Amino acid sequence: MKYDKLIFELSVPGRIGYTLAETGIDKVDLTKIYPDQLLRQEAPRLPEVGELDVVRHYTNVSKLNFGIETGFYPLGSCTMKYNPKINDEAASQPGFRNIHPLQDETTLQPLLKLYDDTAKMLSHIAGMDATSLNSFAGAHGELTGLMIMKAYHERRGDSKRTKMIIPDSAHGTNPASAAMLGYECVTIKSTPQGLVDIEALKAVLSEEVAGIMLTNPNTLGLFETDILEISRLVHGIGGLLYYDGANLNALLGVARPGDMGFDIMHMNLHKTFSTPHGGGGPGSGPVSVKGHLAHLLPHPRIVLKNDRYIIERDGDSIGQIGGFFGNFLVVVRAYAYLKSFGRELNAIGPLAVLNANYVKEKLRHAYHLPIDAHYMHEFVFNGLIDQSTGIKTLDIAKRLLDFGVHAPTIYFPLLFDQSIMVEPTEVESKATLDHFIDLMLRIAKEAIEEPDCVKLAPHFTPVGRLDEVKAARNPILNYRDYVKSI
Amino acid sequence: MHRYLPHTSEEVSAMLASLRLRSIEDLFTHLPQQVRFHDAYTSDAPLSDGQIRDLMARSGGQVLVPFRGFGSYDHERPAIIDAIASRQEFLTSYTPYQPEVAQGTLQYIFEFQSIVCELTGLDVSNASMYDGATSAAEAMMMAVNVTGISRILVASDLLPHVIETIKTYAHFRGVAIDLISFTSDGQLDFNQLTELSKTPFAAFLVAYPNRYGIIADYQDIQQLVHQSGALLIAYADLLALSVFKQPASFGADICCGEAQSLGIPLSFGGPYVGYLATINKYVRKMPGRICGITLDNRGQRSYVLTLQAREQHIRREKANSNICSNQSLMALQATIYAVTLGKTGLRQVAISTISATRYLHEQLIKTQLFTQPFKQHFAFETTLDYVGPIIELNQRLIKRGYLGGMPLGEHRTVFYASEKMSKQTIDAFVNAIKECHDEIR
Repeated sequence: MKYDKLIFELSVPGRIGYTLAETGIDKVDLTKIYPDQLLRQEAPRLPEVGELDVVRHYTNVSKLNFGIETGFYPLGSCTMKYNPKINDEAASQPGFRNIHPLQDETTLQPLLKLYDDTAKMLSHIAGMDATSLNSFAGAHGELTGLMIMKAYHERRGDSKRTKMIIPDSAHGTNPASAAMLGYECVTIKSTPQGLVDIEALKAVLSEEVAGIMLTNPNTLGLFETDILEISRLVHGIGGLLYYDGANLNALLGVARPGDMGFDIMHMNLHKTFSTPHGGGGPGSGPVSVKGHLAHLLPHPRIVLKNDRYIIERDGDSIGQIGGFFGNFLVVVRAYAYLKSFGRELNAIGPLAVLNANYVKEKLRHAYHLPIDAHYMHEFVFNGLIDQSTGIKTLDIAKRLLDFGVHAPTIYFPLLFDQSIMVEPTEVESKATLDHFIDLMLRIAKEAIEEPDCVKLAPHFTPVGRLDEVKAARNPILNYRDYVKSI
Repeated sequence: MHRYLPHTSEEVSAMLASLRLRSIEDLFTHLPQQVRFHDAYTSDAPLSDGQIRDLMARSGGQVLVPFRGFGSYDHERPAIIDAIASRQEFLTSYTPYQPEVAQGTLQYIFEFQSIVCELTGLDVSNASMYDGATSAAEAMMMAVNVTGISRILVASDLLPHVIETIKTYAHFRGVAIDLISFTSDGQLDFNQLTELSKTPFAAFLVAYPNRYGIIADYQDIQQLVHQSGALLIAYADLLALSVFKQPASFGADICCGEAQSLGIPLSFGGPYVGYLATINKYVRKMPGRICGITLDNRGQRSYVLTLQAREQHIRREKANSNICSNQSLMALQATIYAVTLGKTGLRQVAISTISATRYLHEQLIKTQLFTQPFKQHFAFETTLDYVGPIIELNQRLIKRGYLGGMPLGEHRTVFYASEKMSKQTIDAFVNAIKECHDEIR
């Protein structure tokens, strides 16, 4: 039986888990200062728990989670690499943590230098000229980058560009980001080889096109080998190229988006640069651009002028895209990561690609590889080769959980109906990969010999398969509603 | 090789052999050679942990005693927040796409949503937004989607960085914004609002409390907004909601804002954590992830991401928002803070913060160097006008280790004092101000 308590269920009237410092200042009586209509009439129904209650509760709750330190996490497109401890230690320093975002530049010089150095290193890795670290996540970087694209066309008085070209293999955030800015999304089909169809691209190019959003390597793990031709065509009609950096890890030491003709891109520090994902953030999605777009990067900007770092809030820009400077403590971790590698950063991409190809090659006789090609840092199977067993991708994913391995990304990309997307990353040893290969082959065998065992998996996780239909049909979204429902 | 790369050269050779390749370079023969990058990014040697530690010790900013809030509030933080949030099961996990091995994340999201609903009085909360400013921008877009009207009214006493962010989002989405003035007598211009509400608008966004620290009653405004068929959006500080009226009770349809005041350090502005809550009627128009309760196939109470047909990975260009990664770990920190302080403690922190700020306010008035421009009720911050140049005063305070109030113009400044400040700390600050003032004269 798994740990089964909500913190609210541990509450005992009168119990407390805090001590407030005695400050020597008399506490005000709210009712004497504020009129009734301003005051809350009943205390919020929050738990009354002791400190040990809280610690024990969340320790037990945490044990229901799988993390990178638990085991192999081959989640495609997510780049689940080890999150180094020294980076967390670095980010916890008072000189970062206890700094108010509205402090004067004179009190911030070393910190601003760290920020600017990180931006410069990322620009260089990207093959771009300038980088903003203000975006909070990958999707936020996309939104920021597309705002820059839109502003670029606006500044030129080019108002007819209402369309954004997006391949059918793209991450869902791409069309969602474009739509948030009012763009009409034009989807282009991939070729049978899984790449951008140049003829299909030519067919949709016009002066109404603002640009194209591409992931390279794409979500199948394939390098878009026609990228220079794509760049020539899109630039030819006056459009810009946006690079979705979700798969940038494959390119460390291999290639730079800026050299491929991309004008704007984002990176995911929580993927390529090893910052912890935190169960769904905080991430960081820096945006890099070519020089002719640098003036459009968001405010506030940190710039070096006359040997002093200053914070720039005026002048041409798309404007402000969030409260301050993005997820700064995430940036600090990425900086530490870059420093920990130095010149050896170039080794990352090649080893990530080697790992992915090794696993793919060892499994392709049991799992269906729909496109036989050179793969980069990840690859996509379309279920088992032997379809007669009735075992689906979902079953395979759930069965893996039983063996202490996280499932790959499943049912994405949408090009195949049984997608299994595997990204091992460079941090995994041959032994870990061999173990994963053995497990995948074992599951393929189980699919024939004991299909029910696979269909009913997982068996050894804290909870079994969930009734998602019930959750959506009768939504219970907070404790108050839960209490009412029982 | 490197400490984070486990491959031995023998293993690399064996792996290449199994791929029938001779060298690593053979993995990349299909790339156009013009884009192949062969240089090193840097000539710097890899740094050891100790070297990184030393480098970082030299890279921080100057830590000051903050008498400035303005959207970022220093509060005492129980040690258990970091102890729990640094557990690898929380820190290193991905978004809970495989709920069977992510019940930990899902459960605290459910608890976070419950806390937000309790504090705002609204029916449903999402799993978190990036920060307060973007939560307001998303709330605006949500109201535009609900009403189908691309025009919004925004109170000009919201924090400036919130207004700036809304403006950016609105510009690129083609949403028109009208700012409602904040008058010199300390309130929103009701006549202007009445006039501007005659043209259809999606929502009116108000601050609770506002940039000057003022906490206002929105009962009249609520009536006007709803009579116009628009939504009322409250940008509210969650700590303030432990003692001040819940936005639901003055008719807010959407409540959004910053949860930084719940145990998140100043962090030079991030990571913080935004929130967004609404009434049941609009749940399917909400951005972001939502966690719900269900049962597993063993009959156990369990948690799962739900109502996902609103989100980008299902709906693509028809999604309510593009948000996927949010600020999950920060929502956990806010949750731990809120439950540790709990039913009584959160109110005690709010009361102590109000007490500290009022004490500071009284002491500053006593110096006769400050006057109070607004007579309205203030909460955690107080706005005062200094007789001299405020920027110069602040610069002198830095030399004494203090971060003075937030300057707004030549004389005006917004002060904040937290619950952890002792009487001595505040008295010393007031003395420092007097000394600095004498120097300026």
